[in-house]
Amino acid sequence: MSANLIALLYDATLQTLYMVAISAILGTVLGLPLGVFLATSQRGELLSSPLLNKVLGLVVNAARSVPFIILVVAIIPFTRLIAGTSIGTTAAIVPLTIAATPFIARLVENAIREVDAGLIEAARAMGATPYQIIRKVLVPEALPGITLGLTLAVVSLIGYSAMVGAVGGEGLGDLGIRYGYQRFMPDVMLAVVVILIVMVQLVQSIGEWIAARVDKRAPRNRGN
Amino acid sequence: MPEPTSTGAAIRFDAVEKAFDASGRGRVVALSDVTLDIGAGDICGIIGRSGAGKSTLLRMVNGLEVPTSGTVTVGGRDVGRASGADLRAIRREVGMIFQHFNLLASRTVYGNIALPLEIAGLPSGQIKQRVTDLIARVGLEAQANRYPAELSGGQKQRVGIARALATQPKVLLSDEATSALDPETTQTVLGLLRDINRDLGLTILLITHEMAVVRDIASHMAVIDGGRIVESGPTYDVFVQPKHPTTRSFLSGVTGITLPAFIASRMQDSRPDGASEEVIRVTFAGSHATDPMLAKLTGEMGISVNILAGAIEEIGPHPFGNLLISVDAARGSDAREYLQRHGLLTEVLGYVR
Ligand SMILES: Nc1ncnc2c1ncn2[C@@H]1O[C@H](COP(=O)(O)OP(=O)(O)OP(=O)(O)O)[C@@H](O)[C@H]1O
Ligand SMILES: [Mg+2]
Repeated sequence: MSANLIALLYDATLQTLYMVAISAILGTVLGLPLGVFLATSQRGELLSSPLLNKVLGLVVNAARSVPFIILVVAIIPFTRLIAGTSIGTTAAIVPLTIAATPFIARLVENAIREVDAGLIEAARAMGATPYQIIRKVLVPEALPGITLGLTLAVVSLIGYSAMVGAVGGEGLGDLGIRYGYQRFMPDVMLAVVVILIVMVQLVQSIGEWIAARVDKRAPRNRGN
Repeated sequence: MPEPTSTGAAIRFDAVEKAFDASGRGRVVALSDVTLDIGAGDICGIIGRSGAGKSTLLRMVNGLEVPTSGTVTVGGRDVGRASGADLRAIRREVGMIFQHFNLLASRTVYGNIALPLEIAGLPSGQIKQRVTDLIARVGLEAQANRYPAELSGGQKQRVGIARALATQPKVLLSDEATSALDPETTQTVLGLLRDINRDLGLTILLITHEMAVVRDIASHMAVIDGGRIVESGPTYDVFVQPKHPTTRSFLSGVTGITLPAFIASRMQDSRPDGASEEVIRVTFAGSHATDPMLAKLTGEMGISVNILAGAIEEIGPHPFGNLLISVDAARGSDAREYLQRHGLLTEVLGYVR
């Protein structure tokens, strides 16, 4: 493999990391509160607002049922509005974030619903406000589950990021398609796949390590 | 049932009713016409079977449940009508401990006890001082930095108690706090509650389905059955002279005296024709020896007595005895009258042919 190709692979790896990292951060910033709200706003729950819960639930489901490649194309006008352009790596962050947010919201919701209702009861009995219950009880207790959920989301984003070549986003997926497939350079294809596999493995291992670190439950209660 | 008075009661239930709208099953009336006063500094035990409404009753004291009608007052304030910041203020004056402890797995012993203080917005310097004191009070100095997963059940409940005391409440609620513990640990936890009651003058309302817990710790008790208080009063009085069948059945569990099976299986409620034996429960307060009394029954009255079972119990400092005897049914009323005249309580349990 030429030095030129290695430079291309290096750049592509950085581009993928850039897209995935920024969209994961934005997706978390948006998805975490959304997930918390979904988990606490059904009738009779802490932030009981059944109608808004239902509407947001529908929106989340709708966003999650659109195949990513269609989402990318469908929201081009919106992408242009936000990013100033609809083409390129930075522009690709918009559809990635929009795909990540509802996914992360559902994962956070599930993790929070796993928290023992007895803890909410205990906190209410202490005179906690709903916001205090969320901040001091629900989120910290759900942290191991949230961490594993975010790990899953990042792994999915790595996969999605390979598809943004369709709108001129660069990165490993795009490199693999253009060189490995269209110019038939199997060594490039192989290198791209290997880097992606390593990336996913690293993310998964780091995620599990962090989750184990924050998990103070007895071993038998672990798991998600 | 004591008449509610306007002073002295730490907790007061006045004609409380609670109904749940259970989906598919219509309305479930969990409590009806509950009127009960719990005096400041008392330890009041509420006993009842599963589903009797104990938890519902307890949860009204800190507004986790709101009465459908009637009022629940704590320290003179109507809990059912309080909301928002007022309700949260009341809750800080009412600590609560739970059967399954409900500790945060993500916080250490220290962190768990600090939680209610953080919620109350105490400055961190004061939190540290208060938590350190509480850890010492419940004897968990060595475990302060451990997580709940690393503690035994008894230690977890100590954390629960320390946490409940953190905001210096006037009332402590206990929902089956010892039901998940072994008998020995139960005793140490009850001992801790007794100390707290004595040292801090805390009013404790505890619910349980074990009469032994009531006997060991409660100064007052109430029996709840099917959502109604069927009997209440000082524990000693209820133990010595139970009136309601539910109370009696709970008592027979704890006094350790039950009829031998061969008699229980043949017993009938009404006196049969022909020769039969009358089975009588004799209860005596204090430590009067009953043997001479039974001997005199034979000597003076010529009534011979079979002793079926017996035990002496202690409720707080007061001993009391319970004896199951049988006598010839024809002389039953004579025997009972004689014993009653000598200060013993009697109750006919049935007849055996
Ligand atoms: N949120 C609720 N919705 C509907 N019904 C309820 C609710 N809470 C309690 N009940 C019903 O009210 C009755 C009393 O329940 P409660 O939990 O007070 O009983 P308990 O005496 O504490 O029983 P246990 O000893 O099993 O804890 C039961 O019939 C129960 O099914
Ligand atoms: Mg209960």
